[in-house]
Amino acid sequence: MNGHTDILAIETSCDETAAAVVRDGHEVLSNIIFSQIDMHTIYGGVVPELASRAHIEKINPVIEEALRTAGMTLQDVDAVAVTYGPGLVGALLVGVAEAKAVAFAAGKPLIGVNHIEGHISANYIEHPELKPPYLGLVVSGGHTHLVIAEDWNKFRILGRTVDDAAGEAFDKVARAVGLGYPGGPKMDKAAKGGDPNAIHFTKAKVNGSEYDFSFSGLKSACLNYINTERMAGREINIPDFAASFENSVVGVLVEHTIRAAKEHGMKDIALAGGVAANSELRRQLAEACEANGFHFYVPSPIFCTDNAAMIGAAAYHEFKCGTRSGWNLNAVPDLKLGERAS
Amino acid sequence: MKLLAIDSSGLVASVAILENENLLAEYTVNFKKTHSETLLPMIDEIAKMTEQDLKTLDAVAIAAGPGSFTGLRIGSATAKGLALALKVPIVEVPTLAGLAMNLFKAKGLICPVMDARRQQVYSGIYRFEGDKLVTVRNQEPVAAADLIAELNEMEGGLASEGVIFLGDGSKVVKPFAEKDLKVPYTFAPANTNRQRAASVGALAEVYFAEGRYVTAAEHAPIYLRKSQAEQERERKGLV
Repeated sequence: MNGHTDILAIETSCDETAAAVVRDGHEVLSNIIFSQIDMHTIYGGVVPELASRAHIEKINPVIEEALRTAGMTLQDVDAVAVTYGPGLVGALLVGVAEAKAVAFAAGKPLIGVNHIEGHISANYIEHPELKPPYLGLVVSGGHTHLVIAEDWNKFRILGRTVDDAAGEAFDKVARAVGLGYPGGPKMDKAAKGGDPNAIHFTKAKVNGSEYDFSFSGLKSACLNYINTERMAGREINIPDFAASFENSVVGVLVEHTIRAAKEHGMKDIALAGGVAANSELRRQLAEACEANGFHFYVPSPIFCTDNAAMIGAAAYHEFKCGTRSGWNLNAVPDLKLGERAS
Repeated sequence: MKLLAIDSSGLVASVAILENENLLAEYTVNFKKTHSETLLPMIDEIAKMTEQDLKTLDAVAIAAGPGSFTGLRIGSATAKGLALALKVPIVEVPTLAGLAMNLFKAKGLICPVMDARRQQVYSGIYRFEGDKLVTVRNQEPVAAADLIAELNEMEGGLASEGVIFLGDGSKVVKPFAEKDLKVPYTFAPANTNRQRAASVGALAEVYFAEGRYVTAAEHAPIYLRKSQAEQERERKGLV
């Protein structure tokens, strides 16, 4: 409309109701996030029905705030983008139905975006120089993927978790040791000053793809350790425990990533997802990249946790590649990375 | 006065456009398919068919609940998105009042029922006084057996002219009615026994004229039931 491509993006895949206006795929004109986390904390995790109810209540104010902050009306945007998977189906449906109706009534094209690809695309916001091909590591509460971005809208999965996502392991172990929910930030904080080598948790081996991950073995080892110590009446040193657990998770993530980059001749490595906000993962992967001569990219923490700006960044490239979703766009809770709605 | 009406509270997906007490178009599908895939294409279809300029709509009407939680939210989010973009208000019509409107000026009591599982129904009791739909008992979830007992208590009084059941809860209520209902009763036929957006719209025209509407941001579904997680917390005495 103004020589730029401005996209209104909506994200409701889990427990954040978010909307953003993103210009040309990287300039964030607004990024509004309503986090429901306080509501879910008493349940020790996200309650899907409550998340869906909260999305319905917040979605209009969040969209209106995103437009207002960007200094725009709906007529000014070039397209409406929305996360249609993966995620909680009831939560996704709110954003999808809302985005479709907004785009339809405003006469704008609709672009369905894959949430995980959104996470990866968060890197474009602060690093517009990043271009495919590159290696992406997406780590969050629901996903652990090692992926090659072959083109703007073409991804190839090298490895993924065969059981728990890394963030899920953080949550479960944090709860078991009494740190509560959400586990990621609490473990990260608790690990500060702890000895990462205090407790040796064995690394799980994964059959199948050499780049796949498994965290359920580590989780069990942690739960066993907690049990054993409690039975013996010994007090658990929380900083040492948290640091050791974190070190095990980060160790395997970094090791696979660096090996994959070498074997596939990648020069750029982009970290993404909620767990990319973990300070130890950022530090160790940055160090390993530097030691091996790779360029390391990671979004600021605000763009690592679920947000709509990353959806706007991904949608820009989809828009340029000609992707247009129909009014029958549905939520796809188990949408795979690289998959496209038919 | 022109409005678009939506009902996706149950298995039925229904949309309609009404203008000054005229029904311009109605599209109703009662078939197993997700509302997420059907609802907006249906709206698109009737809007095109009647050459609508959406900007001329004065309001969006929605069957606000009760109903399937997910179905309600798909309808609500669609209504909220449309109303946000068009800058018009939303008229919230209780789902069961909308159903009752299917039987305009029917004699006796109108008892729409929606299957709420475990032998329960969402039900309300209505009747017409002249042209006006009057609520005898507000919509709420009740055990089918309790609904029959409630209607029996009206024997000789409000229920003396009989009761008409309609809605997808009819199959839940039927065996209880056959066994225990003392007042005359009947079940509405296929043309009126499921949600119709035209009825939601017709009632919404009345509400709108009375100034009963909300902003797009304010609207949220009427669930009539708390989430499972909240119910469990209450049962455990944690609230």
